[in-house]
Amino acid sequence: MRINALVIRILRQIIRDKRTMALLIFAPILVLSMLYLVFNGDDYIPKIGFVDIPEQIQDQLNLDDAEITQYDSIHQAKKALSNHELDAYFLFENQKPSVVLEGSDPSINGSVMKWMQTALKPLQQNAPQKEIAVDYLYGSSEMRQFDYIGPILLGFFIFFFVFLIAGVSFLRERTTGTLERLLSSPLRKWEIVMGYVIGFGIFTMIQATIIAWYSIYVLDMMMEGAFGYVLLITLLVSLTALTLGILLSSFANNELQMIQFIPLVIVPQVFFSGLFNLETVSSWLSWIGPITPLYYASEALRGVMIKGYGWDMIYKDLLILFGFSLLFMILNIAALRKYRKL
Amino acid sequence: MEEKIVTIHNVSRSFGKHQVLKNISLEMKSGEIFGLLGPSGAGKTTIVKQLVGLDLPSEGEIYLFQEKMPNLKLIEKTGYMAQSDALYGELSAKENLEFFAALYGLKGAKRKKRIKVVMETVSLSEHINKLVSTYSGGMKRRLSLAIALLHQPQLLILDEPTVGIDPVLRKSIWNAFYELKEIGTTIIVTTHVMDEAEKCDRLGMIRDGRLIALGTPEELKNKTNSTSIEEAFLVYGGAGNENKRSSHSNSSANYS
Ligand SMILES: Nc1ncnc2c1ncn2[C@@H]1O[C@H](COP(=O)(O)OP(=O)(O)OP(=O)(O)O)[C@@H](O)[C@H]1O
Ligand SMILES: [Mg+2]
Repeated sequence: MRINALVIRILRQIIRDKRTMALLIFAPILVLSMLYLVFNGDDYIPKIGFVDIPEQIQDQLNLDDAEITQYDSIHQAKKALSNHELDAYFLFENQKPSVVLEGSDPSINGSVMKWMQTALKPLQQNAPQKEIAVDYLYGSSEMRQFDYIGPILLGFFIFFFVFLIAGVSFLRERTTGTLERLLSSPLRKWEIVMGYVIGFGIFTMIQATIIAWYSIYVLDMMMEGAFGYVLLITLLVSLTALTLGILLSSFANNELQMIQFIPLVIVPQVFFSGLFNLETVSSWLSWIGPITPLYYASEALRGVMIKGYGWDMIYKDLLILFGFSLLFMILNIAALRKYRKL
Repeated sequence: MEEKIVTIHNVSRSFGKHQVLKNISLEMKSGEIFGLLGPSGAGKTTIVKQLVGLDLPSEGEIYLFQEKMPNLKLIEKTGYMAQSDALYGELSAKENLEFFAALYGLKGAKRKKRIKVVMETVSLSEHINKLVSTYSGGMKRRLSLAIALLHQPQLLILDEPTVGIDPVLRKSIWNAFYELKEIGTTIIVTTHVMDEAEKCDRLGMIRDGRLIALGTPEELKNKTNSTSIEEAFLVYGGAGNENKRSSHSNSSANYS
């Protein structure tokens, strides 16, 4: 009943504040779209060289959407590749398909790899075990694509905006004196925290659905697993962000100080969430990743979206995220003791 | 009717080294309008916060309805209006009222009726659907008061309730206080407006965290040979100013 009142009030406030609502939904969409355009230049037609590929195999391939040039020797193809006449060439080494990419432009790598997947599909139906060997002339496989960083960014933006908005609204509750007013009412401390969690939870569920839907169905982010899992993960991400935002807001005295948490709390999480290769992180820093919520969020999102993971592969990450939220909630209730000792 | 509603027993409060309340003892009875009078920074708000459980005394105890604070059940019987308006500006007055009413468990027809009544008390009925951010300072003050009255508390604690409210409205608000007093409500108001102090049943004068005088407005005026509370206050306050440990002097009534 009392929590209900709080939830209704929070939802009313969010709906009233059109700009913040727009920020929560459209800012992630805008940034993701820009990244999509940056990483996946649209409709790039890759230039592919075929090195001595038997006629009957070529007939099986789906050769649409690429410029194909035939070469007789690897030597010629290599030369063309280093002269930027080709983006990649394709050959059979000991009966195994293999591809060599020019490699310096991740967005082109992305297009080539995407094209390869569709082109080689008919072959793999016959012999599914055949792995394609991928090589790079320049650069390496560390070149990432939108598909690869997409899931991390999805988790990150939801975390970032929910953290900020929830933190600032709770901060405002404190600085305008309404928090004190709430604490001089019969409202229990845990009810305040729950009210916030549910109120913002409802809103962030809508937010997360729209953003995830847009990323997957409009931006065509790779999506191997179930949409429901993505929603579940993003919901837990926003729950963690919400409870952490509220918690940290009690250490800020104004909105600007809330913003100061971004370089301290948010940005480091990005470094360790898998956007950069974690194996190359200096070992004396590598302990940071596993204590940040975004690390688990990225792991689960990438698992579902890229590797098609199901429940048994992601439930550990989900439990840890839930554990973070629970911990932050308890700390929040404890932090409210500063205002009322009951 | 002579039941003790509020007992403040030897309460002191320090923030670090700064002692804000110094050994204050007070009692308030049911159906009484008690005024806490004192200059800015005297410690009025600090006392009031102790009464609603937002702060705890460093020493001493506070009892409401003869039960020890802090206690959530006692909070339910208390209505509190803070010195600064604690309202949600992005919501309408009605939405603010609905929210606080629900916190105190009012629902359905009862809630509607109470919202109507309290808004009439503070003469804001016609502005009920406006966003609070568009309210004037005095209107916000009145809305805060309306919210404190919503759940018909037996004890009303009002921190400077009539700041920024014009004399006509102030009079009607005081009439509402007298009506509440009639039905047995105990009201504590803090103020530094002297003419308002005259309207209280009893006054406690606070200065530098000390209770320097206690009594009905008449008693205080008689004791100091003053014609107004203002003069009486200056006598008590002035004496404390000259020599903090001296007894109350009533030799001079023309400090200014
Ligand atoms: N949380 C706090 N920390 C430190 N000092 C405080 C705190 N709260 C109040 N004080 C100090 O206590 C003193 C009394 O403050 P209080 O707000 O009770 O005054 P007041 O009588 O209500 O004044 P006013 O009429 O201006 O509202 C002031 O000197 C103030 O600085
Ligand atoms: Mg005050």
